Amino acid sequence: MARMKFLCDADRCIECNACVTACKNEHDVPWGINRRRVVTINDGKPGERSVSMACMHCTDAPCAAVCPVNCFYTTADGVVLHSKDLCIGCGYCFYACPFGAPQYPRVGNFGSRGKMDKCTFCAGGPEADLTPAEYGSRDSGRFTGYGSNRLAEGKLPLCAEMCSTKSLLAGDGEIIAKIFQERVVRRGYSSGAWGWQTAYRERIES
Amino acid sequence: MPTRASLLLCIAVCMFGLAAALTVPAGGPAWAQSVNPTAQSVKEKELLQELRKIEGRSSLPDQRTAVLEQPDGRSWRVFHQVTLRWIGTIAILGMLGVLVLFYLIRGMVRIEGGRSGRTLVRFNGFERFVHWMTAASFIVLAISGLNITFGKELLTPLIGPVAFAEWSQWAKYAHNYLSFPFTLGVVLIFLMWIAWNFPSVTDFKWLAQGGGIVGSKHPPARRFNAGQKVIYWVVVLGGGAAAVTGYLLMFPFYATAVGGFTVGTTNIAAVQLAQMIHGIVGLLFIAIMLAHIYIGTIGMQGAFEAMGKGEVDVNWARQHHSLWLDKEVKKGRVSGGGTPAPAE
Repeated sequence: MARMKFLCDADRCIECNACVTACKNEHDVPWGINRRRVVTINDGKPGERSVSMACMHCTDAPCAAVCPVNCFYTTADGVVLHSKDLCIGCGYCFYACPFGAPQYPRVGNFGSRGKMDKCTFCAGGPEADLTPAEYGSRDSGRFTGYGSNRLAEGKLPLCAEMCSTKSLLAGDGEIIAKIFQERVVRRGYSSGAWGWQTAYRERIES
Repeated sequence: MPTRASLLLCIAVCMFGLAAALTVPAGGPAWAQSVNPTAQSVKEKELLQELRKIEGRSSLPDQRTAVLEQPDGRSWRVFHQVTLRWIGTIAILGMLGVLVLFYLIRGMVRIEGGRSGRTLVRFNGFERFVHWMTAASFIVLAISGLNITFGKELLTPLIGPVAFAEWSQWAKYAHNYLSFPFTLGVVLIFLMWIAWNFPSVTDFKWLAQGGGIVGSKHPPARRFNAGQKVIYWVVVLGGGAAAVTGYLLMFPFYATAVGGFTVGTTNIAAVQLAQMIHGIVGLLFIAIMLAHIYIGTIGMQGAFEAMGKGEVDVNWARQHHSLWLDKEVKKGRVSGGGTPAPAE
C-alpha cells in the first residue's frame, strides 16, 4: 500500500491559489473555511517563498493523540481521517496540530466550535465510499459530510492535480520525494520539503 | 550565381548561430552565476531552528491562517497526554489515599460531650443557596472535565466509542453552560465571605496547635478557622483562574483591548497556555475539594448541618469556633433557651 503524503515545492509555487480554489469547489467547503491555504514567507523581500499547506496527514498524528473521543483514524493509505459523528468540537486537535489544519465550520453553543472539518486528502470519510452521506450537504448551513472521495475513484487530490506549476505534489511519499529530489539535483537548489520534518520526521536532503 | 552565394551565406549564418547556441549552455552566461536563488531563498530548516514557528502572509481574511507551522503543538500534546495525566492521577488518587488512611486512623471527629440540643444559625439561606449552586455546578464541571482528560482510556472500553462520544458531547455542553452558575457562585462567595477570611494571628496559633481535625486539641477560632480560610482562597483564586482560562478556551482568539491591555488570546501559544493552566488548576481543585467534602460529611460529626440545615449545635460551635460562638451568644442568637455553659 502507498503511504500518501503532500509535498509543496516552494521554489515552484507562484501563490496563484488555484489549489485553494480547487479544494473549496470540489468539496463545497463553506465560506470562511479553508482546508488548504497558501502562506508567503518573507513577502516582498528577496528570496520570498510561498508554500501551499493543508493537513499533512502526519505519521503518529498529534490530533489523533489528543482527541478526547478518539474520532481520528488512519486509512491503509496513511491518510488521517476523522468521524464527524464522534467529534464533539472541543478544539484540542487545533491546539495540537503543527499546521493549523482543523477548521470549525459548524457553530456550537455560544457561537464557538462545532464539529471539526479538515483536508481529507480527497479520501472522503468513514461513511460508505461515494455516497451522498459521505459527501454531505450544506442544508441549513451545516457542513455535515467530508466532500468528494477522489481516491475511491482512483484519482489523486484535486489541489495537486490543478497545480499550474506542479509545485504541489500529492501521492505515494516515496514517489513524490523522488520527483522532488530529481528536480533539486537538476536545478541545484531547494528551500526544503516544507513540513516533512514535523509531519513525517523525515528530511529530504538536498 | 547571386542566389548560390546568398544560400551559402545563409547556411554559414545558420551554422554560426547553431554553434553559438550550443556553446552558451555549456559555459553558462555570466548573469546565471550572479543570480543564485539558493543563496537568497528562505529555508524551512533554518527558520525552524531560529524560530519556534513559521509565520508569513496569507491572502485569506482570517489572519490566523498565516501561521504555516507551529511544531510547539507537539509539546502541548506531551503535556496533555502525559504530564497532565500524571498530575491528575497523583493529586486525586493521592488525596483519596490520604483521606482513607486518615479515616482509618482518626475516624469521625465527634462532638465532645455530645449534642447540647441548643442550636445557632451558622449559614443563612442565601449563603447556603450560593454554596450549593457552586458545589452542584462544580461536581458536574469536575466530572465532565475529568472525562476530557481520562474518559477516553477509562470509559471507552466499557461503553464503546459511539456511546462515549455521545456522552462526551453532552458533557461538553454541560461544562460550557454550568460554567456560568459556577463563576457567579465564585464571585458571590468571594463577596459574601471576604470579611471573615483575612488571615489573622488567631490563624497562626490555630495552625501551630494543629487545629481542625488533625490535632486532638481545639484551639480557638472565629467564624472561619485557618483551614476554612484556605478552602475559601482555593475556591476564590482557583475558581477564578479556572473561570478566566475556561472562557479563553470557550472563546478562542477573541481578543479585545481594555485600557491599553489586550484581553484574550491572539495566538495558538496563548490558547495552549490557557488550556495548561485550566487543566492543572482543575485537577488540583478537584483533589482539594475531595478533602473539603470529606470533612463536611464523614470526617466530622455535626459539620454537614452547617451547610445542610444552616444551624449547628452549640457544643460543635464551642469545639470548632469558640470565638465566633462567644460573639453569637452575646448577640443572643442561640436558640433553645437558657444561657449556654461557659466555654471550657
